[in-house]
Amino acid sequence: MTTHLDISHVSIEFPTPKGSFKALDNVSLKIEKGEFVSLIGHSGCGKSTVLNIVAGLYDATEGGILLDGREVKGPGPERAVVFQNHSLLPWLTSYQNVELAVKQVFRKTKSKKEMHDWIMHNLELVHMTHAADKRPAEISGGMKQRVGIARALAMEPSVLLMDEPFGALDALTRAHLQDSLMEIQKDLNNTVIMITHDVDEAVLLSDRIVMMTNGPEATIGEILHVDLERPRDRLALANDPKYVDYRAQVLTFLYEKQRKVEPIHSVAKNKATPATTKAAQA
Amino acid sequence: MMISNITMASLKDKISAFSVKGMLLPVFGILVFILLWQVGASRVHTSLGEFPGPVVVYEQWNSLVAEHQNERIKADKFYARQEERIAQRQAKDPSYVGTIRDYTGKPTFFDQIFTSLYTVLAGFGLASLIAIPVGILIGLNRSVYSALNPVIQVFKPVSPLAWLPLVTMVVSASYVSDDPMFSKSFLTSMFTVTLCCMWPTLINTAVGVAAVEKDLLNVSKVLRLGWMTHVVKIVVPSAIPLMFTGLRLSLGIAWMVLIAAEMLAQNPGLGKFVWDEFQNGSSNSLGRIMVAVLMIGFIGYLLDRVMLAIQRFVSWDKTQVLR
Repeated sequence: MTTHLDISHVSIEFPTPKGSFKALDNVSLKIEKGEFVSLIGHSGCGKSTVLNIVAGLYDATEGGILLDGREVKGPGPERAVVFQNHSLLPWLTSYQNVELAVKQVFRKTKSKKEMHDWIMHNLELVHMTHAADKRPAEISGGMKQRVGIARALAMEPSVLLMDEPFGALDALTRAHLQDSLMEIQKDLNNTVIMITHDVDEAVLLSDRIVMMTNGPEATIGEILHVDLERPRDRLALANDPKYVDYRAQVLTFLYEKQRKVEPIHSVAKNKATPATTKAAQA
Repeated sequence: MMISNITMASLKDKISAFSVKGMLLPVFGILVFILLWQVGASRVHTSLGEFPGPVVVYEQWNSLVAEHQNERIKADKFYARQEERIAQRQAKDPSYVGTIRDYTGKPTFFDQIFTSLYTVLAGFGLASLIAIPVGILIGLNRSVYSALNPVIQVFKPVSPLAWLPLVTMVVSASYVSDDPMFSKSFLTSMFTVTLCCMWPTLINTAVGVAAVEKDLLNVSKVLRLGWMTHVVKIVVPSAIPLMFTGLRLSLGIAWMVLIAAEMLAQNPGLGKFVWDEFQNGSSNSLGRIMVAVLMIGFIGYLLDRVMLAIQRFVSWDKTQVLR
């Protein structure tokens, strides 16, 4: 297979009052079409920064992003983002939220009827047609995230970027949405980059798990190929020796090789310089 | 002892249940106020007699209503006479085209209220038309904000009374027309109101626009929304709560400013009514001024309620508690 998305030698520096802060150093990753890649690492290691650079919300200081061999600059719907806290417009219904995206992307290519069908189709994918006319405030957190995914899928993105999409949800809802995501992934065969700090989620969903070293100057530490049959069933996998082994490898990386040494005073220092913290979190 | 305690408790429950409906306490408050007013007023003596208490004010209210009705009857008769005369002339000479002259009687209290109301609404409307778009621009763009902020900060605290002479002179100099659509006094009052009341709307709109959630801005960027769509779909809806806070402050200021401006400039309206009564200095004057004071307060309250109703209608968040 050929490279679909190429993250090429990306570094980024953020200006802070105390001089520039290098969050990422020389991150390179090639992703194939239809591949599901997870980025995992301790908080503050720059996972989200990588995603934001791919999304075009941040500009890399060095290096760049190639999509099908072409450099991409600035954000665009072909790299749709599912945000951590859904980011639905609270004044629009589920339908209207998806509609905003569909109108923007397919204004010229689809008729009104086709756009309507496409919106409903995507709400159907995430099982949200019943709440099409409800506003975000009227539905649960898990449902909001579903609509957020429907909105991203409706853009027919080349790459779907997910920033800790299930991080804010309770365990049961999360499991449910992970299953939904696997189903959708099976049907649509999207290229996905997902950020997570949940080891089980990473192993269950991914073809590859990219483990990042701790910042500053974070980069890719190890890459783990997850060679498990699809469709994957979380119950059956729980005792699968391969699954357990993959899980152990990620845990070893996170808690032995990259154990986060974070003395209390450094936390306080981080808080004192919000620009640094922001950059590191993002 | 036990029994009385129980009945006291149940009485308290009943009272609190009733006051939940929001009736008892406000009525109680008003009654206490009227009582204190009556007692206090009778102790204050001025050269125009006793300070008006509630009873006097009520009497003056009735007399103002009666005056207004009389004036309406006179006006109707005046127009009826003119029409009759024209009809008579036309009977003799069919080619005759009569002109009906306006009634020139003194404007009554209620005429002045009406004048003040449409002046304040015109001034406030004009202020909103300027302040909302400018506020959006300032909120969206830091450079525009930096450029305009000093000007805004300097003009914001200026009293209407300082603007008034300038506005008057500019209006008389620039609005020269043989058949004016608006009277100069209306324009002077309106522009003064506009100049004084646009600031809260402008500043609150700007703050609301600047405070749009970063995630929503990112959504807009990822979707590559055009400037207009971005403003209409994302910026304005999220700025609406603060925008309305500004609009309500502005309308309150507009109403206060208008009364002061009318008083100083002798422009028709409630302010002029108050000033005329003060200059008149009859034994009824203080009572009539007090009627005007209460009316000004009541109209101010109604204007705010109307804005609140509009906010409820426009706001997307129906669960938000608005007061």
